Amino acid sequence: MFKTYKAQAWLLLAPALILLVAFTYLPIGNTIWRSVFGFGVQMGNQASPENYARLLDDPVFWQVLKNSALYALITVPASIFFALSMALWVNGKIAGTGFMRLSFFTPTMLPMISVANIWLLFYSSEIGLFNAVLGWFGVSGVNWLGNPDTALYSLMTMTIWKEAGFFMIFYLAALQTISPDLYKAAKTENASSLYIFRRITFPLLMPTTLFVFVNALLNSFKLIDHLFILTKGGPNNATNLLLYYIYENSFSFFDTAYASALTVILLLILIVMALIQFGVIERRVHY
Amino acid sequence: MNKTLTLLSSSIAWVLALLWIFPLLYAFWAAFHSAEYTTNFVLFAPLELSNFEKAWSQAPFMRYMFNTFAISILTLAGQLIVCTLAAYALARIKFRGRAFVFSLIIMQLMVTPEILIVENYQTLAQLHAIDTYLAVAIPYIASAFGIFLLRQSFKSVPMDLENAAKLEGCSLLQIIWKVYVPLAKPTYVAYALVSISTHWNNFLWPLIVTNTENSRPLTVGLSIFGAPESGVDWAIICAGTLISIAPLLLIFIIFQRQFIQSFMHAGIK
Repeated sequence: MFKTYKAQAWLLLAPALILLVAFTYLPIGNTIWRSVFGFGVQMGNQASPENYARLLDDPVFWQVLKNSALYALITVPASIFFALSMALWVNGKIAGTGFMRLSFFTPTMLPMISVANIWLLFYSSEIGLFNAVLGWFGVSGVNWLGNPDTALYSLMTMTIWKEAGFFMIFYLAALQTISPDLYKAAKTENASSLYIFRRITFPLLMPTTLFVFVNALLNSFKLIDHLFILTKGGPNNATNLLLYYIYENSFSFFDTAYASALTVILLLILIVMALIQFGVIERRVHY
Repeated sequence: MNKTLTLLSSSIAWVLALLWIFPLLYAFWAAFHSAEYTTNFVLFAPLELSNFEKAWSQAPFMRYMFNTFAISILTLAGQLIVCTLAAYALARIKFRGRAFVFSLIIMQLMVTPEILIVENYQTLAQLHAIDTYLAVAIPYIASAFGIFLLRQSFKSVPMDLENAAKLEGCSLLQIIWKVYVPLAKPTYVAYALVSISTHWNNFLWPLIVTNTENSRPLTVGLSIFGAPESGVDWAIICAGTLISIAPLLLIFIIFQRQFIQSFMHAGIK
């Protein structure tokens, strides 16, 4: 019965595969090609490691890499922590869970550009809300986005606020699949809430935590919209992240070849993450 | 002891929930009051709409909104067709190389089009497609996420239904359309909501491939509107921001349950 279909399978897949090759696989190949043969916006006819040599010598590149790592290192665990806490609350029996769910989830529905506009108003040093609140306590204002020491952390705070509600949803879905019998059994054994969380809820949520972890990590590299509104990578590259630096090189400095070399670095990071995720999926199957 | 702990926990939950919604409420406050009240809270400060009028006259929001709508719908329509066909082939036809093709598709979950902005821009420039709806939509149409979700859903359709349709003389496309699509309806709804909200909010790629208001979506329009050098004041920026999120926010609040269910459905793999 399947036999007559084999040719049709390729016909059905053709549109997807053509688009995938045109906008994912060919571009990956071209990126590598351009990073080796390109200089500026042009293509040379000699392969040269020059773009990569420049990478190693470029202090901004190292700064950007450090920023991206720090950004991921803080926003990912913090988002997971908030997401899990929110899910436990919303799934619990306290009053007002409907409102809470709406409140936690709304930021994820809104465009990053729009919410960044609102947060810009919070962080603004003259009329910003945060400095006004500090003022009530007699503390002098901070130039949140203008000071290299606070700018990246200010971005992180907004990111955590934006992302946590999204990951809450996955935890909520997972919590609803845990059998109530387990909790009943634990109750008859007089187990404490903390013990129940540590020995039942948390281990059963492990696959979700891994899934959320990988997605949060990916997003920390892919989502840079707020930089355009809040800092433009400044001050002095203190908040510049890898994808934003790629954008700058390609579309502001018109150095397509160097942007390609940077893209290759980003692709390598993503490939490592992909390998981790495939490992994770394997584990989920065995679970 | 346990009671105080519960009370403490729910108080924290409430504080956090209020904190989380606060930025949005604040934007409403700033947008509906004149600039002098932006950081000055007077409970009965006079409400006014002038900020909205000014914002509306300073940027072609109507046009941006239409562009966003058109781009989101075009993307979704393309995704539904392309992903349905691919998902059926991967779910129900055994052919050599299936596992390989599937993993090629799944790779795109990692390497999404925004990573490849440099080359994808070159491609669309060569096609003379810059500043069109198609340019904004096309890299997203072969959605690995959509193919993955629909494939899962199609796999749970009983083979008997397909065989019965075959006995009635249905062609392959008819089988997909009459048997698989109706049975996967919840997945389609979930995917559609996730896709629309993603593309309504998308920024980086549209920023790169649009350059006039002919195709510029709301997010890109708002980023130009909010730029400090254009010298708009905060109250007006907040009004513009609210205009940009109003349609989606409204739909979200009305269909809240459906939205959250959909995101949950799409998240469980």
